[in-house]
Amino acid sequence: MRTIRSRLIAVGILLAIAVWQLIPTNVTQRVRDATTGRMKDTTIRRVPINLGLDLQGGIHLALEVDQSKGPVPDCATAIQLAEKVVRTRIDEFGTTEPVVQIQGRCRLIVELAGEKDPARAKSIIQRTAFLEFRITDMKNLFRDALPEIDKALQRAGVRASGQGAAAASVTQLFGTDTAKAKGKARKGKAAAKDTTDLNAPGPLSSLLFQGQLPGEYLVPEEQVPVAESLLARPDVQRLIPRGVELRWGTEVLSRAGRSYRTLYAGEDRPIITGEYLQDAKATRDPLTNQSVVTFTLSRAGGRIFERETGRHVNDYMAIILDGRVQGQPPIIKSQIGQRGQIELGAKPLQDAQDLALVLKAGALPAPLTIIEERTIGPSLGQDSIRDGIRAGIVGVALVVLIMVVYYRVSGLLAVAALVLYVVFTLGGLAGFGFTLTLPGLAGLVLSVGIAVDANVLIFERIREELQHGKLVRTAVDEGFKHAMSAIIDSNVSTLLTAFILWLVGTGPVQGFAITLIIGILASFITAVFVVRTFYMIWLDRRPDMATLSV
Amino acid sequence: MIRLFANANYDFIKWRRWAYGLTAAIIIPGFALFLVRGLNYSIEFTGGTLIQVQTAEPVGTERIRSALDAANIRDAEIQQFGAANEYVIRARIGRADQVVEGSTEMTAAAVDSALARTLGPAPEHYKILRTEAVGPKVGRELQGKAFAAILLSFLVTLVYLAFRFEWRFGLAAVLATFHDILTTIAFIRYLDLEVSLVVVGAVLTMVGYSLNDTIIIFDRVRENLHKFRRQNLYEILNLSINETLPRSVLTHGTTMATTVALVLLAGEVLRPFALVMTFAIFTGTFSSIYIAAPVLMYIEKRWPGEDARGARALRPPGSVPLNPPPAAPGGGSAVRSKAAV
Repeated sequence: MRTIRSRLIAVGILLAIAVWQLIPTNVTQRVRDATTGRMKDTTIRRVPINLGLDLQGGIHLALEVDQSKGPVPDCATAIQLAEKVVRTRIDEFGTTEPVVQIQGRCRLIVELAGEKDPARAKSIIQRTAFLEFRITDMKNLFRDALPEIDKALQRAGVRASGQGAAAASVTQLFGTDTAKAKGKARKGKAAAKDTTDLNAPGPLSSLLFQGQLPGEYLVPEEQVPVAESLLARPDVQRLIPRGVELRWGTEVLSRAGRSYRTLYAGEDRPIITGEYLQDAKATRDPLTNQSVVTFTLSRAGGRIFERETGRHVNDYMAIILDGRVQGQPPIIKSQIGQRGQIELGAKPLQDAQDLALVLKAGALPAPLTIIEERTIGPSLGQDSIRDGIRAGIVGVALVVLIMVVYYRVSGLLAVAALVLYVVFTLGGLAGFGFTLTLPGLAGLVLSVGIAVDANVLIFERIREELQHGKLVRTAVDEGFKHAMSAIIDSNVSTLLTAFILWLVGTGPVQGFAITLIIGILASFITAVFVVRTFYMIWLDRRPDMATLSV
Repeated sequence: MIRLFANANYDFIKWRRWAYGLTAAIIIPGFALFLVRGLNYSIEFTGGTLIQVQTAEPVGTERIRSALDAANIRDAEIQQFGAANEYVIRARIGRADQVVEGSTEMTAAAVDSALARTLGPAPEHYKILRTEAVGPKVGRELQGKAFAAILLSFLVTLVYLAFRFEWRFGLAAVLATFHDILTTIAFIRYLDLEVSLVVVGAVLTMVGYSLNDTIIIFDRVRENLHKFRRQNLYEILNLSINETLPRSVLTHGTTMATTVALVLLAGEVLRPFALVMTFAIFTGTFSSIYIAAPVLMYIEKRWPGEDARGARALRPPGSVPLNPPPAAPGGGSAVRSKAAV
């Protein structure tokens, strides 16, 4: 009895862990807003199993540095630059978890799940990097213009919202509201409404917090889509002062438990662009122990830079790659010529290396060629899931039928264990964060067929033992004992092949191998341990059982 | 209680020569065809472009062919794929000509615009469901990967067998596995299935699966060799196959149920994979009985082991069978009666 209890506890714990992994969780997803065409965050609830690109649709790209116009000597550095650049641009895609990773030495893998427009994605990725230096809004022209913008927004019916609701819907909702309100207030009281609204914080300025530098603003992360859509309005664009342009930063700062994105107001004209940059290096100053990036400009670039920095001593210079401000703009301490350096203070060397990569990305436009592309439309992925699940249900139903008809009550025990098997396998996939691909789905179905093999081996052995005139209890014990070596053999040989496939395979094949591996491990637990426990309970309740339904 | 093949007593080994003939009849023509025409490798391996299109209504492959011809895209294969209005267009990279990386991409774009010109604008008249463009470099790499996977799994299998059995059993198991690979290649060739990395994966999984089947019979053989000291190997093999027969039928029944469900229901993309798996289960069972066991008998006869009664491996002349096989022509030679069942 005690062993039964401890076995049941073990099964219960395993089941609880597996089910825990499968509880639907909230997942933030970045989707394109249908009306404004901008990105916004939505939260959906789903079972946390990662689906491969072949199931959810999307684009897989493998890129290499284009060597057709002469060899690139150091492709590893070039691909690091490309990775940096592509990461910067990733926000332009409507992807929840974009994958940008370097494979091997010189290859970049980009995976965009759910992206429907491959041509657009490819053009964004293959575009050469554009680097520019711009002076931030030192005179705070933008801040001074904020009251005007707020007023304009209020006139258009936009109210300051404390909640991070989706911008478009907020605008629309309040837009119709005020239209009605105006209809009511037509009896000459429109002016009064204006004055009361002025006291409230403005729709835009309530979202912005002044940063440390002139022209730097912080926007709470969850309000970014709202701010983006407000700034995109034509009436707001018209009121942004002449000579000022707004650029989002790449950094996310956290202050007092909230995270903020940086927004910079800067001059609309760069003081210099990346084409003049020749080299950039990250070093650590041995004396001050500070991270430093040194950069070299071409001769012509040095002349321009000297003139411009001379005019902007003590101003802040934003480094903008592909329209996004990288890191915090450094201050210009004195006139800089052909060589300059950016001091990052106590920041880690990694930051300096990243910045050096950004500078080089502008200096060294490395065109990328696509050496492999796989695009799967979302409808095809859905069809695959539907067909795969249908085939799985039919296949598993057949297995259940065969087992129950042939082994009767013992078959039922095996089927009950099979339910646990499915839960364990899915829980394992979710828990370890493996990706389910289409061949993986096939592997899952296949492993159900293979999973019952262990039970077949055991049941056949029990039948043989019973035939030899053994008692039920002994026959069960002997059956499990003797079948074990065959079960281990069959599991090990399949595990070995699956492991090799996982080692050498690519995405889809690896998905197959992973589900096979997890499936085999789970089946070992259920077919041997769980079914044994079921038998123990059964024999415990009916100790005088003379015949076994097997 | 349902009992299939309970206490079965078939003389499997007797039919070995018929089995050799049958398997040769499958392998030799299939292999000849394979040597002449090679396999239908997927563009993953050859490099090239694959586009799966869904048209608003069935237009026929001819219409698509003319669209591509008009755009000067030659040498493309067009195939109806599953539904009547779905087609797959494949343009492989020629082996001889030097191809620039990125050109497969351009082919994909060219096909798209050619379709738009003939069939009408994209979302209403046709939809591109899937695009694969593989450059020559990636193709070569994948060939290498597949090759490495096959080689590595052979190596691991050999090591595993060496660890698990003495070399006579191991060699018999390896030859049976080799047989399975040959028949599977012949099968792939007959049906002209597309060989992708996933299909290679299916073949390798099958190698493990069939090996495991052989091991289960051999385990029984080893056990019976110890149990019945008086039987000769011929009888022990038959006995062991018969004893494991219910298990083989059941396990292969359940596994085959799942693979057949995949063949019929899981869609066009998985079909080659599922077909190969289904056939592999079949050939794996066949080879465990008709290749592994007789080959083991032959090996033991040629190089007798200490324990296995190799010298008595073949039936002794003049012995009488317990159950005469029903279809035995002549009936001159027979099996000695079994001492214990």
